[in-house]
Amino acid sequence: MSLANVFNIAGSGMSAQTTRLNTTASNIANAETVSSSMDQTYRARHPVFATVFQQSQNGGGSLFQEQGEAGQGVQVNGIIEDASNLEARYEPNHPSADKNGYVYYPNVNVVEEMADMISASRSFQTNAEIMNTAKTMMQKVLTLGQ
Amino acid sequence: MSINFDKALGIHEKALSFRAQRAEVLANNITNADTPNYKARDLEFSTVLAAQSDKVQNGSFSLNKTNSRHIEADGVGNTDGSLLYRTPSAPSLDQNTVDAQVESANYAENAVGFQASFTLLNSKFKGLVAAIRGE
Repeated sequence: MSLANVFNIAGSGMSAQTTRLNTTASNIANAETVSSSMDQTYRARHPVFATVFQQSQNGGGSLFQEQGEAGQGVQVNGIIEDASNLEARYEPNHPSADKNGYVYYPNVNVVEEMADMISASRSFQTNAEIMNTAKTMMQKVLTLGQ
Repeated sequence: MSINFDKALGIHEKALSFRAQRAEVLANNITNADTPNYKARDLEFSTVLAAQSDKVQNGSFSLNKTNSRHIEADGVGNTDGSLLYRTPSAPSLDQNTVDAQVESANYAENAVGFQASFTLLNSKFKGLVAAIRGE
């Protein structure tokens, strides 16, 4: 039944947005985490979203669904680390400064992260709303013939 | 004279299942609003309606099975050609064509259409019950 699928779809969306919010929280929390070498410095993390397509192996009824197939939600394919340059600051008095007096700051853009956070929270909200509407529709169907 | 459910309920039953299907497609669009390269899709009512009335007039297009091991192919008549791609109103950097506002509006409209179809179907059932009771 396709109305029941709406719950799965919206649920997958909510879980993907939660992952996104998690990475954002991690990025903002580590925005000022300095270190004395490039390798050990925190790098901004971002989730990669991808559409889920139904992989139906059940012989009947789905022979020709490749073209006419709608997706079945969203999934997080992985979390990538931002490869852009780290910020090196000359702070010779800093306890973690290297022998040339530099400390390395993460490549987290806090403004970008805040915008990402709001976007994730709005998307989560929309998905919850979708689920709610689908619930109302299903409850309505249950009153059929009454 | 017997009561035939197919004739009594008419197209409302199909309309209801169309609305449910469309809800799924639109929900998927909204969920994928942040997915790169995702293309928004939608079911077109007129295409589905034309296909359904064609089915009513000319009989359903189905596969003849002459052996019990033949596979059903009922996907052919149902979804063929009605699930289309939406034309984006503005290009986006990540090639995603979902406009969250448009999709939300369509979803809400679809939910209202679902309620309307449901009300009509429900009144058909009420009519049948009244006819059976003879009140």
